[in-house]
Amino acid sequence: MTKEQEITCIICPIGCKIIVQSDGTTAEAITGHRCKQGIIYAQTEALDPRRMLTSSILVHNGTWPLVSVKTIKSIPKEKIFSALKEIQKTVVDAPIKRGDVLIHNVAHLYIDIVATKTISIKKK
Amino acid sequence: MKHTMADIAIIGAGPAGLAAAVAAYDTGIHNILILDRNNWLGGILPQCIHDGFGIEETGTSMTGPEYAEMYTDMVKKRNIPTWQETMALKITKNNTIHAINKEGLHHIKAQSIILAMGCREKTRWNALIPGTRPSGIYTAGAAQAFINLYNIIPGNKILVLGSGDVGLIMARRLKFEGADVLGVVELLPYASGLPRNVVQCLDDYDIPLYLNHTVTNIQGKERLTHVTIALINKNGEPVANTESTIQCDTLLLSLGLIPENELTKTIDIQLDTITGGSIVNEHFETTMSGIFTCGNCLQVYDTVDLLAKNAKRAGIAAAHHVLEKPPENKQKICVRAGKNVQYVIPQTIQKPGLHTLTLRVKKPCGPVQLYLKTDKQIISKKKIRWVNPANMLEFQVRIPENLFKDNRSFEVNIDD
Repeated sequence: MTKEQEITCIICPIGCKIIVQSDGTTAEAITGHRCKQGIIYAQTEALDPRRMLTSSILVHNGTWPLVSVKTIKSIPKEKIFSALKEIQKTVVDAPIKRGDVLIHNVAHLYIDIVATKTISIKKK
Repeated sequence: MKHTMADIAIIGAGPAGLAAAVAAYDTGIHNILILDRNNWLGGILPQCIHDGFGIEETGTSMTGPEYAEMYTDMVKKRNIPTWQETMALKITKNNTIHAINKEGLHHIKAQSIILAMGCREKTRWNALIPGTRPSGIYTAGAAQAFINLYNIIPGNKILVLGSGDVGLIMARRLKFEGADVLGVVELLPYASGLPRNVVQCLDDYDIPLYLNHTVTNIQGKERLTHVTIALINKNGEPVANTESTIQCDTLLLSLGLIPENELTKTIDIQLDTITGGSIVNEHFETTMSGIFTCGNCLQVYDTVDLLAKNAKRAGIAAAHHVLEKPPENKQKICVRAGKNVQYVIPQTIQKPGLHTLTLRVKKPCGPVQLYLKTDKQIISKKKIRWVNPANMLEFQVRIPENLFKDNRSFEVNIDD
């Protein structure tokens, strides 16, 4: 089945509105693009849209109540809310170093969630 | 009262102050002191937990806290002292900073001072929004600090006024935290944030963007209950009978940023009425010899990459000022903003040669021609595919010697 959708290109500030036709395995830019990079962006975005996910996780006994986190690489767009659910359930103990893995294999994606901030233990 | 001497004193430990400190140190000046009013380093970055920082500078996309730690690590490695929870109160003649902290009052005398105080958000009072004064109205950055630093959710039903990047990012952030984000209202016919943020923060989550709209009334006694929005005409006035009332408990304001220069005003430094920052020459030196400025208190940048790059140039210039003690240079030419240009930095240039300038345009258009001209000659011409007020433009130009003959000026224009 062919699907037609409009994609706003984010490669440069022009922000072309590209019309893309896709059948699930291939995609073709029909109109609106002004350069080759736009075609590639629109094809990827139509077939497998991915996003970096950033949020924060509760910290027990730290100098801050939260540690900021990210997925180590971009995840499929439709998995964002299931990943967020796991993030919201998690509590970690201080100290935490930037880069520490705080959730393994989030949403069964074989992608980890890591700390983006260093937090030391709260002084009593 | 304690007296301290430093070769370079830097006010503000955000990305600008830290980058300037590292660059000044690496130029050969090691007696540096950084002052900051907070009890952490990195300024606003620790609350900007989204990614997209450092792409131009490092080739990888980092989050705000990671970018901040990259610079705090560099500062720590060089053993540059930082005085935290220290508030600079005023600057007096002979480059003396008056500051206060838990130990008391300090006089810090420095050969060079770098002003890196950052900026702050416009508030409801800057936009003169009518209505009652309930709780539930926050600037987007304040809400960002609540959520990302202190684990406090500001409300449940959210409307955002202003489509600046912080507003767009907060719309997504609140959606992630389970809030009902009702929309983003923008006065202009286009979003003022980066296209990337419009796509990834609003379009991805079907959050509506109401262009050519503004808030015309705020209701609620204790807590915000309703916000009225209306279509506006070309003169920026609300159109009759287009009002709609939205039930919400929280209004976030993302109306733009103002360089923070209260400290700059304590000493006789000339400010630019358009940027709200100091008037500088090509070395980021203010109109007061030995006082330099960088970061968002000079001009509000759209990426930290360009901000840090320019802050490093300010740091190097401040170090050269200490090393070479240059005599005050009276010769200069003025750089003026022309057609479709809001402002150009630097505003003055002291020497001929290759210079890097930054500007912001007034309205989006393209393709355009960027041209620099005096009243007699065209100095340089360049084609650009597209310009947008959300994207600061950086370009290089060679300033010829003859321009300095009679203290002339030139104008920067963008023409379609």
